[in-house]
Amino acid sequence: MTEPTIYELSVPGRVGIKFPQPDVPLSEIPQELLREDLPLPELSELDVVRHFTHLSSLNYSIDGGFYPLGSCTMKYNPKINEAVARLPGFSYIHPLQPVDLIQGNLALMYLLQEWLKEIGGFAGVSLQPAAGAQGEFVGVSIINAYHRERGDHKRTKILIPDSAHGTNPASSAMSGFSIVSLPSDPVRGNVDLDSLKSLCDDSIAGLMLTNPNTLGLFEEHICEITEIVHQAGGLVYGDGANLNALLGIVRPGDLGIDIMHYNLHKTFSTPHGGGGPGCGPVGVASHLVDYLPSPIVIISEEGTSEMPPYYDFYTPPKSIGRVKSFYGQFGMMVRAFTYISMHGPEGLRKVSEYAVLNANYLLSLIQEDYHLPYQRTCMHEFVVEGRWQDAPEVRALDISKRLMDYKFHPPTNYFPLIVHEALMIEPTETESKQTLEAFANALKSIAKEARTNPELLKTAPHSTPVGRLDEVKAAKDLVLCCWIPEQE
Amino acid sequence: MFIPHTDSERDEMLKTIGVKSLEDLFANVPAKFRFPQLNLPPALCEMEAFAQAQELSMANVSTQELICFLGAGAYHHYIPALVDNLLQRGEFYSSYTPYQPEVSQGTLQAIFEYQSLISALTGMDVSNASHYDGATATAEAGIMAISNFRGTRNKIIVSKSVHPHYRQTLRTYLQGNSSVLIVGDEQDKDPLSSPDALEPLMDYQTALVIVQYPDFFGQIFALDHIIRKAHEYGALVAVVTYPISLGLIKPPGSFGADIVVGEGQSLGIPLSFGGPYLGFFATKKEYVRKISGRLVGETTDAQGRKGYVLTLTPREQHIRREKATSNICTNQGLMALAATIYLSALGKHGLKQVANLCYQKAQYAADSINQLDGFSVVSKRPFFNEFVVQCPYPVDEINNHLLEHGILGGVDLKTFYPELEQHMLIAVTEMNTREEIDALCHVLQEVKHD
Repeated sequence: MTEPTIYELSVPGRVGIKFPQPDVPLSEIPQELLREDLPLPELSELDVVRHFTHLSSLNYSIDGGFYPLGSCTMKYNPKINEAVARLPGFSYIHPLQPVDLIQGNLALMYLLQEWLKEIGGFAGVSLQPAAGAQGEFVGVSIINAYHRERGDHKRTKILIPDSAHGTNPASSAMSGFSIVSLPSDPVRGNVDLDSLKSLCDDSIAGLMLTNPNTLGLFEEHICEITEIVHQAGGLVYGDGANLNALLGIVRPGDLGIDIMHYNLHKTFSTPHGGGGPGCGPVGVASHLVDYLPSPIVIISEEGTSEMPPYYDFYTPPKSIGRVKSFYGQFGMMVRAFTYISMHGPEGLRKVSEYAVLNANYLLSLIQEDYHLPYQRTCMHEFVVEGRWQDAPEVRALDISKRLMDYKFHPPTNYFPLIVHEALMIEPTETESKQTLEAFANALKSIAKEARTNPELLKTAPHSTPVGRLDEVKAAKDLVLCCWIPEQE
Repeated sequence: MFIPHTDSERDEMLKTIGVKSLEDLFANVPAKFRFPQLNLPPALCEMEAFAQAQELSMANVSTQELICFLGAGAYHHYIPALVDNLLQRGEFYSSYTPYQPEVSQGTLQAIFEYQSLISALTGMDVSNASHYDGATATAEAGIMAISNFRGTRNKIIVSKSVHPHYRQTLRTYLQGNSSVLIVGDEQDKDPLSSPDALEPLMDYQTALVIVQYPDFFGQIFALDHIIRKAHEYGALVAVVTYPISLGLIKPPGSFGADIVVGEGQSLGIPLSFGGPYLGFFATKKEYVRKISGRLVGETTDAQGRKGYVLTLTPREQHIRREKATSNICTNQGLMALAATIYLSALGKHGLKQVANLCYQKAQYAADSINQLDGFSVVSKRPFFNEFVVQCPYPVDEINNHLLEHGILGGVDLKTFYPELEQHMLIAVTEMNTREEIDALCHVLQEVKHD
């Protein structure tokens, strides 16, 4: 069931999309600048349509089924989002049009900034970061700028819990910090408070904290944690990856978080797109608003009963600078704006309540069959171990691959690093009770198969377009292109 | 709004969990801050939300209602209908990063084809699976070059004719590394000069030279000399390029560029007020392990069937954490898919045709404007589809006048380059008809100083 590549489908001389003949007198092009060969494929329009339709059929997607990929919040991506983002008044706007002609876009951005501030409990928001990882980079760059501005050059370290996403240390390193790993307490899965106290001194620039953490557990000492870091002169960065558990439940800013990024592509339903585009706005407390990336949108003239407010761009005085061209992933902002509009305050709270309900329900259905390392009520996701003493050869990866035969997308594997053979499961609020039960039944069957027929798991998946692929060969041969480039 | 549970289902689930109410699930959240009343507008249903969005969108004036001569890194090109139609398949847009290759071959093969097309277009060996946009791809080139020399070289020379946003982003990305020095675009430099003017800045501390081709002003300079010189100093060269132009002109790879980056918006992605766009990044095979971002490689399964996987992942943050080549996680998957479909559908002939239309119409527009009293084209020739016009009056006055005639004039260059007062950057694409260009000239000629 493999599909040839576009280069294999190419037929010399075949023409796809055509364009008009020039309607202006022709000018010469200097011959020495002309390229000799343009090695693009030659396909008909129908060739192209069929090819990509075939490729799409090889994908698993939310539209097609349950996608409980932990930490990714694979909730339903409403179709209305796609319709509004494609309105010509949004999609046909050049980013450098005069401000008079883009008042609708600026109003939308302004409102989204205000709403995200309200949801997160922050004093300022910049919508510019392109993804969560870029939001993190912005956050740690703000931490850096804040200390430098105060002449505090000793602060060279960022504390990061051992359960954190890999982007946290990578973003901190990009911003020039060294990383100090913070252990978790082995019983409750919280940040270990004693370790935190002993590590907090005047070399600490800040703490990056994911709450709920990647085990899906709410930090029970969150207020103490932020206080300890603040007393040591550090700032607390909140990784908003797990905000889907907190909408209308608690505002991170109220808990003492100084900076946080939002993932519009997780919490606010913008599609994951097979790996982007994301959108990672950053919210900050009042003492940090002057450091936000530029530009942000402000009201430059208040509205009246007859006239709407007039919006404009604004560069904060101590801005860390620009992190991408223009203003951010605007199309994603339109989708998230629509999603928030359709929920209102009660609807958003319901999102988180039901995300947590679904996770706890699924957990109670499978808890007899899969070991839960931290015995607590979970938030929007949970992590179990994918291993059994009486099935020693079976690993979490085998369980994941076997789930594909049951027509489910696997959970996240081997993350967080502090759980052995981790299976990280996040159902989201948009899944029904029936879907959760079907998934739990699949997991239960697999737990039985692990004992009775482990080979079935080791060789899974059996029903997908291809079987397990040889990753070592891929890295060794390094074929990254349809054709092997000529060696000079 | 999108929650399927009935009240009785909810109650059964709570009972199974062993709690009485939804509130009981949040006992760990500090009571003092629990369940804040959010001050947000009340919920709208779909019909109302659509009307609200439509109203906001109509408070803008779109390029569909105007004749557009704006460019500067975002271009008004024709997008064939099949591109968006295929992008709207839920199998593509509602999937995620292909961590599980057996159920993600569609996304993986599309990225593999994207990598192939970008390599072909730029004349390079390898391409990654994409970056956020042209600005961040340029910044990542800076990071890669600095880390390539492991601290032995700390200087980046960047031409002033590289997109100002890309230069700003480069600086933001590298500001955490206090040893890095970025030079070449200082106040006293002539923004319109050839990249060869950077030669005197080169030394054995130079890690990277960044030039743009065609440059921010549309000018096309051959890069043989500057790249040869940079290589004599052992430095790398990154070329920022405009992919449509490569349908016509020599690819940066043919000049020996080490890294080629750029903005892929012109490849089938709508203007959409500046994003989401697409950053492409291609390099030589010898640097493949230094690349940041996702890479897809071909392999086989146990039965020998061909398939694709994410490869060389040990470079990435989820494995190497603080030692990763970058913090990038998500790329611009769906935008890379748009470019893949666009380039496949246009193919060899279509892209050449679009590039030629852009070039020809821009030459015609420049020749026509150059004949107007008080206006002169100051870009050096050849240029691709953009050129700089020195105007007799401030550009904002001219643009206001053009707007009264339904024309979006060019970019006022003084917003990016204070020294280029009364200079306008005009972009022409295949979308501009001869009548539109003639109308532009006609209105320009009748502009009177206020």
